[in-house]
Amino acid sequence: MEVSVKTVRSPFVKKVAEISGQNLGACYQCGKCSAGCPSADRMDNVPSQFIKLIQLGMEDEVRKSNTPWVCLTCFVCTVRCPKGIDIASIMEAARLVQSRDRDNVDHFEVRSLGATLDEKLPPIAVVSCFRKHTAG
Amino acid sequence: MKISYYPGCTLKSHAKNFEDSAIASMAELGIELEELPRWNCCGTVFSLASDDLMRHLAPIRILLRTREQGSDSLVTLCAMCYHTLKLSNLRVKENPDELEKLNNMMYKEEITYDGKASVYHLLTLLKEEVGFQTVRERITVDLGDLKVAPYYGCLLLRPQEVSIDPNMESPTIMSEFIEALGAVPVEFPHQTECCGAYLTVCERDLVAERSHEILESARRAGADIILTSCPLCQFNLDDRQKEIKKKYPEFEEIPVLYFTQLLALAMGLDEAALRFDLNWVDPLTILENKHVSAAKEAGSK
Repeated sequence: MEVSVKTVRSPFVKKVAEISGQNLGACYQCGKCSAGCPSADRMDNVPSQFIKLIQLGMEDEVRKSNTPWVCLTCFVCTVRCPKGIDIASIMEAARLVQSRDRDNVDHFEVRSLGATLDEKLPPIAVVSCFRKHTAG
Repeated sequence: MKISYYPGCTLKSHAKNFEDSAIASMAELGIELEELPRWNCCGTVFSLASDDLMRHLAPIRILLRTREQGSDSLVTLCAMCYHTLKLSNLRVKENPDELEKLNNMMYKEEITYDGKASVYHLLTLLKEEVGFQTVRERITVDLGDLKVAPYYGCLLLRPQEVSIDPNMESPTIMSEFIEALGAVPVEFPHQTECCGAYLTVCERDLVAERSHEILESARRAGADIILTSCPLCQFNLDDRQKEIKKKYPEFEEIPVLYFTQLLALAMGLDEAALRFDLNWVDPLTILENKHVSAAKEAGSK
């Protein structure tokens, strides 16, 4: 994908910044977030790379990335960022810009729960998963 | 002393062992956890979106109920409820315009929320109001050399504003608690690492891997049992041992208790308070091996 002034200043980048309330430009790629992230080994882009994709306005890559969907919202990145960026909020915004889409398909299909529900998951597990992975 | 208590949904179902052990042991310590007469789910996760005020309605309504009960302090046991209530409360305290909007949404309520409730976790209450020294004086069962690993997880510590310990990277409050009970705390490198949280619903393998790493880390540190304060951590570390065993047949089970269960055990309370029947890995064998005398009695009741 081409990176230009247009992509860097795209409505997509503005929306992620607006929803997260974070200054995306403050990230200088030190990688502390990625070093501490317990899900980093499962991410196709570790958190610092993911932020770079957003900074550059690489919307397609951001949408394709599994990064915000394996984020556990554990706040390790947020508390360790030397620039004070709340990275957990950026991950939330990356999920929301997708789940708020007009033609959104939820990342997690609630119907797929079926048999899993039989094992009596704690209510907090089910509610929090729905909150993070569906438009509901 | 009475304090308003918000249980949350999971304490009434999956984590009844957490609630029963907490209410019984706090009563022994002279503290009545007075459940809010009416309450709703807190939403379980604090919304991180700047523009999504609706998500804060549920936790703020619970704080309104606290004030309605005539109280200015609310205690929770579940780490997720604690985190959500604490952060939503801070957000509306810092943003009076948002509080006004939320109060407008709750126009059918008899009072408005004035932002004057404080949210506490039970461990903080034990340390600051009861005092670990007082807890120590009430211990009747010798836990001997039982080695207990404190597991904090994420939501009691991060971000800094919610942390129940001044040092969120290297907390000691649970170790102090374990020491007060007369057991041996064994700190371990993974005590503040995430267990995989809600991905237990849709990424079970990820959670089994996370839990396996945490449990083995605690075992390497010499732990006999692990203590937790979050029903989701407890589920992931305890029930998910089934998944771990499938993946790693040589894995040996390790009991994961709520901190209040160990408190109840140390104070000599019976099975009605301990509720070990709801823990997937039965702790009685290890407790008997460690000659924790009350365990046998409670188990046989």
